[in-house]
Amino acid sequence: MAEQRVQWFKFASPPNFYDLAGRLAPWFGGLAAILFVVGLYVGFVLAPPDYQQGNSYRIMFIHVPTAWMSMFLYVLMAVYAAIGLIWRVKTAEVMAKAIAPTGALFTFLALWTGALWGKPTWGTYWVWDARLTSELILLFLYLGYMALHAAIEDRQRAANASAILALAGVVNVPIIYFSVVWWNTLHQGASITVTSAPTMETVMFSALMLMTFACWMYAIAVVLWRARLELLERERRAAWVLERMGEKA
Amino acid sequence: MNGLATALFTLLRRDLILALRRRQDALVVLGFFVVVVSLFPLGVGPDPQLLRSMAPGVLWVSALLATMLSLERLFSDDFRDGSLEQILLAPQPLSLMVMSKILAHWLITGLPLVLISPLLGMQLNLDGTEILTLMAALLLGTPILSLVGAIGAALTLGLRGGGVLISLLILPLYVPALVLGAGAVDAVMYGSSAQAHLSLMAALLILTLLLAPWAIAAALRIMSD
Amino acid sequence: MIEFLAMGGHGPYVWGSYGVALVVLVAELVLLSRRRTAMNRRLARLARLNRENGAEPSPDS
Repeated sequence: MAEQRVQWFKFASPPNFYDLAGRLAPWFGGLAAILFVVGLYVGFVLAPPDYQQGNSYRIMFIHVPTAWMSMFLYVLMAVYAAIGLIWRVKTAEVMAKAIAPTGALFTFLALWTGALWGKPTWGTYWVWDARLTSELILLFLYLGYMALHAAIEDRQRAANASAILALAGVVNVPIIYFSVVWWNTLHQGASITVTSAPTMETVMFSALMLMTFACWMYAIAVVLWRARLELLERERRAAWVLERMGEKA
Repeated sequence: MNGLATALFTLLRRDLILALRRRQDALVVLGFFVVVVSLFPLGVGPDPQLLRSMAPGVLWVSALLATMLSLERLFSDDFRDGSLEQILLAPQPLSLMVMSKILAHWLITGLPLVLISPLLGMQLNLDGTEILTLMAALLLGTPILSLVGAIGAALTLGLRGGGVLISLLILPLYVPALVLGAGAVDAVMYGSSAQAHLSLMAALLILTLLLAPWAIAAALRIMSD
Repeated sequence: MIEFLAMGGHGPYVWGSYGVALVVLVAELVLLSRRRTAMNRRLARLARLNRENGAEPSPDS
């Protein structure tokens, strides 16, 4: 047990994390590229047009994965923020900060593709549908997190303060979601459930899964990459950074 | 235990006395609320039916914005004159001391909003039961606004441009209170009962009472060390 | 091919979605790589100063 603890802290120490992330990130990136290509092939070539929606349903293969990612990443960010806050693990703080921009980006993409899917399906770019509305609020939460991080100059204080905000947000996300769903049903807005088609063909489902995994791999690669840069910036005075930079120069 | 009660009461009384000495702060918030609500008819036209159907949302959004306006000074005055440091160093639990400050904030800014809301409701053509529901919803909802807002106020303590930042941090977190509060009045307007909305709002208030003080205390410690 | 691109009349929506997704993801990668270049240059300078002077490097240089 004690040995395991040592192992864990060894991995969490900045230089080890920096080296390991540097070795892993290209693999995740490459995997993401392959999965994107295969997923798009299955989604665009193998999958037939939908009998109701024609070809516009193919937006699902990018819309649903980005929407899922936007929510997973927020929770993941809050988990890392909590680890950083409670156990003072510097790499966890850096990971939380590194996740935010990618999460915001996926949220934006979910909104954008949702709007473009809405036009041919509902006849309008934007409806105050429960899912789109929650995504919009999630985007605001991401932006608030990044704004607070940027506003505080002291890095340690910025990490701790935004961790509190991320935790407040993650408690609120389900409440926001259910209140928005409730608001939506009471106002009888457009609530066409496009994503939960009752009989999704296997080929469509596999395209969706491939694209979801591709987004995961992409997110992991980019977050690890950004976390390495954040770590360098935070630790630029540390001996291990100078050592590694000295080798390159 | 007695010492704790005394400390909390002393803090509450101090905040209230300070607020009475600087009455204009509370009045500005109230005035803002009244002016924003009164401007809406000028923007959308005087059609009574339209105003009536918009009233719950307009009143609630204005209440959110008015609360927002008052948040920046919640801790910053105490931070500047050093009394916040005294509160942090006090032997009493910080989360309880924070509750006492928030109670004072609610009495100064939240309660006046509740009390003036019938007048504004009548301006927007709400009838008797709708106004009562509006007051009940605001009575349950404004403490939530103070509590959640205090998290934002603590997190932006001592930052330049903190006031604008608070709105970005906190307004998304106000969504459940807004939905439930405006929804309660809507429900009565369309002939059903507001009981479900008000019960959920009460549940939300209890949840916020349990969790927010902890977050506020942690944020104050982080931002003032 | 043209038929494929037209997407049964839904081409603008489908390609608008995927196009913007591609642009955004590539933009993120480009921004990151530019940030890395800038960081490497800065840190290399720090390391060189450190070697030449043997003094404590200024954190803000």
